[in-house]
Amino acid sequence: MPKDQTLQSILIIGSGPIVIGQAAEFDYSGTQACLALKEEGYRIILVNNNPATIMTDEVHADAVYFEPLTVESLEKIIAKERPDGLLATFGGQTGLNLAFQLHEKGVLKKYDVKLLGTPIEAIKKGEDREAFRQLMYELGEPVPESEIITNVEDAIAFAEKVGFPIIIRPAYTLGGSGGGIAASMEEFVLLVEKGLAESPITQCLIERSVAGYKEIEYEVMRDYTDTCITVCNMENVDPVGVHTGDSIVVAPSQTLTDEEYHMLRSAAVKIISALGIIGGCNIQFALDPSSKNYYLIEVNPRVSRSSALASKATGYPIARIAAKLAVGYTLAELLNPVTKNTYASFEPALDYVVVKFPRLPFDKFPYANRQLGTQMKATGEVMAIDRNIERAFQKAVHSLEGENVGLLLPSLQKMTTEELKQLITNADDRRFFAILELFRRGENIETVQQLTKIDCFFLNSFQQLIVLEKKAMETHLQDVDANTLKMLKEKGFSDFFLANVWNVKESEVRKKRKALGIVPSYKMVDTCAAEFHSETDYYYSSYFGENELKESNKQKVLIIGSGPIRIGQGIEFDYSSVHSVYALQQEGYETVLINNNPETVSTDFAVANRLYFEPLTFEDVLNVIEAEQIDKVIVQFGGQTAINLVKELEEAGVNIIGVSHGVIDQLEDRERFYQLLEELNIPHVPGLMADDETQLFAKAREIGFPILLRPSYVIGGKGMFIVKNEEELHGLLNEHSITYPVLIDIYLQGKEAEVDLVADGENIFIPTIVEHVEKAGVHSGDSYAVLPAVSLTEDEKEQIVAYARKIVRKLHFKGIMNIQYVIHNRVVYVLEVNPRASRTVPIVSKTTGMPLVQIATKLLLGKCLEDVVATKNELLADVPYVVLKYPVFSTHKLPGVDSLVGPEMKSTGEGISIANTLEEAAAKTFHPYVSRKGEANEIYLDIDGLEKIDEIKQLKNMIEEKQLIVVAEVPFEEWVKRNEALAFFSLKKDEQSSTWRKLALSQQILTFTELETCQLFLKGIRCKDLSVSSIQQWLLFKQQTEKAVIL
Amino acid sequence: MKAYLHLANGKTFEGKLETTISDVEINGEVVFFTGMTGYQEVLTDPSYKNQMIVFTYPLIGNYGINAADFESKKPHVQAVIVYEASAKGYHYQSQYSLKEYLQAWNIPLLTHIDTRAVVKQIRTEGAMQGKISLTSECGEFRKEQQVQLVKHVSTSQIEIYGDGSEHIVLVDFGYKKSILQSLLERKCKVTVVPYNTSFETIQALEPDGILLSNGPGDPKQLSAQLPTIRKVIDHYPTLAICLGHQLVALAYGADTEKLSFGHRGANQPVYDSVKKKVFMTSQNHGYVVNKESLAHTPFVIRFTNVNDQSVEGMFHPTKPILSVQYHPEAHPGPNDTNSIFDEFLQTVKNVRREKVYA
Repeated sequence: MPKDQTLQSILIIGSGPIVIGQAAEFDYSGTQACLALKEEGYRIILVNNNPATIMTDEVHADAVYFEPLTVESLEKIIAKERPDGLLATFGGQTGLNLAFQLHEKGVLKKYDVKLLGTPIEAIKKGEDREAFRQLMYELGEPVPESEIITNVEDAIAFAEKVGFPIIIRPAYTLGGSGGGIAASMEEFVLLVEKGLAESPITQCLIERSVAGYKEIEYEVMRDYTDTCITVCNMENVDPVGVHTGDSIVVAPSQTLTDEEYHMLRSAAVKIISALGIIGGCNIQFALDPSSKNYYLIEVNPRVSRSSALASKATGYPIARIAAKLAVGYTLAELLNPVTKNTYASFEPALDYVVVKFPRLPFDKFPYANRQLGTQMKATGEVMAIDRNIERAFQKAVHSLEGENVGLLLPSLQKMTTEELKQLITNADDRRFFAILELFRRGENIETVQQLTKIDCFFLNSFQQLIVLEKKAMETHLQDVDANTLKMLKEKGFSDFFLANVWNVKESEVRKKRKALGIVPSYKMVDTCAAEFHSETDYYYSSYFGENELKESNKQKVLIIGSGPIRIGQGIEFDYSSVHSVYALQQEGYETVLINNNPETVSTDFAVANRLYFEPLTFEDVLNVIEAEQIDKVIVQFGGQTAINLVKELEEAGVNIIGVSHGVIDQLEDRERFYQLLEELNIPHVPGLMADDETQLFAKAREIGFPILLRPSYVIGGKGMFIVKNEEELHGLLNEHSITYPVLIDIYLQGKEAEVDLVADGENIFIPTIVEHVEKAGVHSGDSYAVLPAVSLTEDEKEQIVAYARKIVRKLHFKGIMNIQYVIHNRVVYVLEVNPRASRTVPIVSKTTGMPLVQIATKLLLGKCLEDVVATKNELLADVPYVVLKYPVFSTHKLPGVDSLVGPEMKSTGEGISIANTLEEAAAKTFHPYVSRKGEANEIYLDIDGLEKIDEIKQLKNMIEEKQLIVVAEVPFEEWVKRNEALAFFSLKKDEQSSTWRKLALSQQILTFTELETCQLFLKGIRCKDLSVSSIQQWLLFKQQTEKAVIL
Repeated sequence: MKAYLHLANGKTFEGKLETTISDVEINGEVVFFTGMTGYQEVLTDPSYKNQMIVFTYPLIGNYGINAADFESKKPHVQAVIVYEASAKGYHYQSQYSLKEYLQAWNIPLLTHIDTRAVVKQIRTEGAMQGKISLTSECGEFRKEQQVQLVKHVSTSQIEIYGDGSEHIVLVDFGYKKSILQSLLERKCKVTVVPYNTSFETIQALEPDGILLSNGPGDPKQLSAQLPTIRKVIDHYPTLAICLGHQLVALAYGADTEKLSFGHRGANQPVYDSVKKKVFMTSQNHGYVVNKESLAHTPFVIRFTNVNDQSVEGMFHPTKPILSVQYHPEAHPGPNDTNSIFDEFLQTVKNVRREKVYA
């Protein structure tokens, strides 16, 4: 049946800011849904307050609302836009929960909005575990013995009956948050209490643990005719017990017989059919490794992280097809978008192995508990494709950009074998490397299998890697013969790794390899194992077999992506990469993109003309450049990942446009950077360099406390510390290892501002100045920020622009640049210059209507600013509204992490609020929290000893003005559980304050560790009746104001 | 040992021979299977008789060979061509590795072949003859022999299984064990008879229904059997699978033809015009019923391949004859269509009831 003609407009709910458990995959699915429905002619109304997403671009939706994701604000949008349909299964758990609530509260009925795709009953059955268990019982599908509990007493009764281990899963939480496996009653009670507290409906599922079983997932699709297909199945290398988001996963399953594969597939088809889902669904099974017994463990009646992975792994775009099914199409009517020769009603056949590795944040949080369990901790993931599993594993670890050198994680070498065994038994993020280290030490497969329950098939391939690694170590660059080198390459040993063990330069390995004719072939991902001709240029490399690259004579530009989402390098770089592709295509270039992140829009094969799923290493990137005969390479949009490749690529003679290693080094090396600023007469924060601890103390005294310590090369604020006095410095040195030389800056507690500019080598264009809410010292990623700047004088703004101009002209810089400033006592200092797109680029672009990345791309191609931007002003007039950017943290998923903000970034995502006043913008920002807190009105001030400070006195007054109550005397442990507890303000770094913050976090009490953030919160607290406007309306308002000024 | 796969179109692929073989060279039609699991079922499916099978999935043998998943008593393929074969079977049921099993039956296992490249040759030029040899020189290709394969895989004597209420005679053109299993699971008594059993012999068995099985090769090689087949299916409720389906068409005067490279895999989409939905099916066939030729028969096309619109099954409007090109018994592949057996048995029961009350 063709599409539903009764619909004119469709509302799509996005998943909001990025948090652990809900990341870029929902930008991918949402963008696909928008595109798929827009091409059908529907008017698309989108609600998502995450500005870094691609889906929130004007081109993808007709009306984009950056409004809070609450029922209240959605109802206002529905009342205003009167959409005919609602699509709720593309915005993760957030979207699903909201649709559910809109239905329950009668909003959908009131405004006659049809829920498209999966019906509400199916959502209910899939989400409400009691209803789900009942249905599975009717279908005869086994689920582990379990009980829904709402209090601890019932939980204990169940545990006494069933015995341990027991798994605790709180209802309606993100990424399995708040759950865990308990091996004893004591552990169990703690976890149940926590789970009940985290579940919005105070409900937990407790069930017999099937930890150690094989964990197998199916991605299933169904249309209204009940045609069902499984797009892909996936096998977790880590058995049940580690959240699938934190597991190493392979596709397709490797250790299941056909009988087992189809036994589970049939169950999956039966379940999706019984639930009545229309669209995509993820179904997870636990399979006994030594019998045909299986249990159903989870059903997600929506697109998910796994469906994004499956889409990239197979080439089958689940979200796109699911969106079409939601408006009435059938699978058999839709063409397979990869082959363009076959139909969507089929199951992809893979002729390669896919490996997914999670990207965990413990490099940023060395003090967090890094043990993996049922609560997801990964911020992102990488995917690798190859014809053999060994190289697929190697490619995945090369893509991680972690501390590993190939298969070797140096920190593990110091551990004893017993410690390593302990580590792999408890499973943390280093388990893969620890297993390899054990094999390196001669441990056998059986022992490792007993400790980890990982299938011997996988362990065998790990061991094979170590056998080959030894082989590599036994030979040398001069001696290695073609066959050995070919085999090492085929199995994934990188030139970099070989150069390391042979103690030669990587370029020498490359030279010899190429002389021996060992170069990669590129194979296609075509959904059908070559059975049919495929039209789509989606490739992966293999050091074996025939090269399938299709010839093309067009001018090609390569865009280097940004790899896995991690703290400090998020979805904003995917936004930038994709926009650059769009701009290049407009200019008539053929676009080639390399990336390895399966969650993102950039790795949608429909974005760039040619997509390469490859690690972002020098070897892999240069291989693609050579195979494709790339004319130009763009690195400014792939975050630090792409920037880090510049030096080597340049040395290899690659034409990188817009930025050179010389410029990057001049900006990143603090000494050279300060020289540059001095030459240009631009003030910089006074700083000194210390080569050792003695010098550090001496120079710190010389400069005077407070000081800011930073490594001479700095990325994402890593290794940066603010130190208030000598005592703190002693404390710091006891706790952290400092890498020398270290830079000691005077710490200026000034205002912080930043700009994103585009430049043509001579002239600059700045859409707006962004001002941070907090004083300098809070990482820009973790600070609240306002645009346009609110408290800068005209003079300060002029200086900001003038310094930017000077820097650009001096460097003849082309493309996009981010500059950060601190303003202290009326002096504007330049803090940092990033010769690349930054986190704020999407916000600035969207809220000023200036597509910075597209402009920058055209400038990189050689155009002048005046050809691309209509205005001659360097700085655009202020927009007539307020945009507030706020950080979003996932700290509650990472036990052990303090919510205190500082120079090292901790947030995983961001949101924006747009309003006429800062008060309203603040109110929108905190609205989801405040509305959940009901009548809470107490703010706890952890200010012991700071009472006399003026700012604290003012804060107290402000709290009272807002008719809220200051609390400081009540025992904190008691207060935090009160219904009246609204927010916690805690400034101090000591142990007690840290403990309190963690406690507040566990009770989900909003915590502020900066004065200005708390003030911002208070500003909005009494602002009621928030308005809703789309960005299109705001921009129209801006245009009208501009016209009014001209007239 | 270094060895070579030579294709009739002149292309040669170098690989590694894992098993020792007695012949200097092995000849056969090269076909490919796209399913990602199910190699054991494929190797032992008699329909693959004399074919050299290329597995498109690159890692084959991961879960070894077990005692439960054989489709017949022995492997029938001429050779196995893969990228990588697992040295060991990693599964609790595994009894042999792939290599051990093939070695025991003296079947060559050629590894480290760019199987994707081979598939692309076949895809563009059609299924073709190939040979595996130890020399890189291709040499002359032996003329393709039109051997009658069915007689080599069919049973030579009548065998009886089960003791259920419905009695089905399974005419064996090279049947897969799963077909028998599907009938036994549904409480049938099954008598397996040789492919060339006469109508009278079958009549003497007093069957309630007939199942014409799958089997290898060109259906036209069995033209001698067509009159018998026609007589049998006109007399008894019939379900025909794969080769059996092609024989039903030929018996009614329709035509069959060779597909360019066949359908062999676990993901063939088939539209069912009765249930009005698409099913994923398991398939293994190189020949197909010509759609136009069915116009001259009473048969109605019920199942159609979504990808190439080829005939996937049909029924007789007045007689209880149902035939499918795909494999409803699965193994390997999805069992979405196993209700075909229920439909068939319902027909068998209905016909019997009519007879009782007639």
